Amino acid sequence: MIENAATVAFGILGVAALLCLVRMIRGPRLADRIVALDTLLLMVVSGIAVRAAVTGDDTYLDVMVVAALLAFTGTSMVANFIEKRGS
Amino acid sequence: MEVVGSVLLVFGALLALLAAIGLQRFDDVFARMHSATKPATLGLMLVLGGAALVIQAPGAVSKLVLVVLLQFITAPVAAHLVGRAAYRAGTELSPDTIVDDVAAEFLGRPIVSEE
Repeated sequence: MIENAATVAFGILGVAALLCLVRMIRGPRLADRIVALDTLLLMVVSGIAVRAAVTGDDTYLDVMVVAALLAFTGTSMVANFIEKRGS
Repeated sequence: MEVVGSVLLVFGALLALLAAIGLQRFDDVFARMHSATKPATLGLMLVLGGAALVIQAPGAVSKLVLVVLLQFITAPVAAHLVGRAAYRAGTELSPDTIVDDVAAEFLGRPIVSEE
């Protein structure tokens, strides 16, 4: 059960991450790119959680916490940059 | 527990896909931010909740709960920062925009665009 669910979830998350990547490349503004990057990191976090669920191996859960924190830090830094320099 | 967790994993992934589709389909930064914060946060909550139901080890569950709490605290703040910065940098709104309260309040332009 969990193996099949994890395979399906990985597939869906992969498609979603690909769509985010397309938006990140196409832009057109810096704000679009950073919003897409934030969402992409959310999907990376979800993927790590799915992997931990299917293997029962919780080594990478620390990486997940750091990735979630870095997503916020990066977004606020770029927002600060846009505020100062314009997009 | 494992069955409920598996269903939650798939539903959370579907919400993440919904957020990504919104990111493609909406046509200005502010609408895209709406889809990047709300469905994505709910999807993350479902995926991590499902993973917590499947794993059930206290150490792992505490990290998963920590990430959900962090996301709940930081997502509105990050969206607010990006939205404010983008608006002040003069990002053009979607042509479908009807009401722009900020313009009326601070720039003296009419709230409702003439159409």
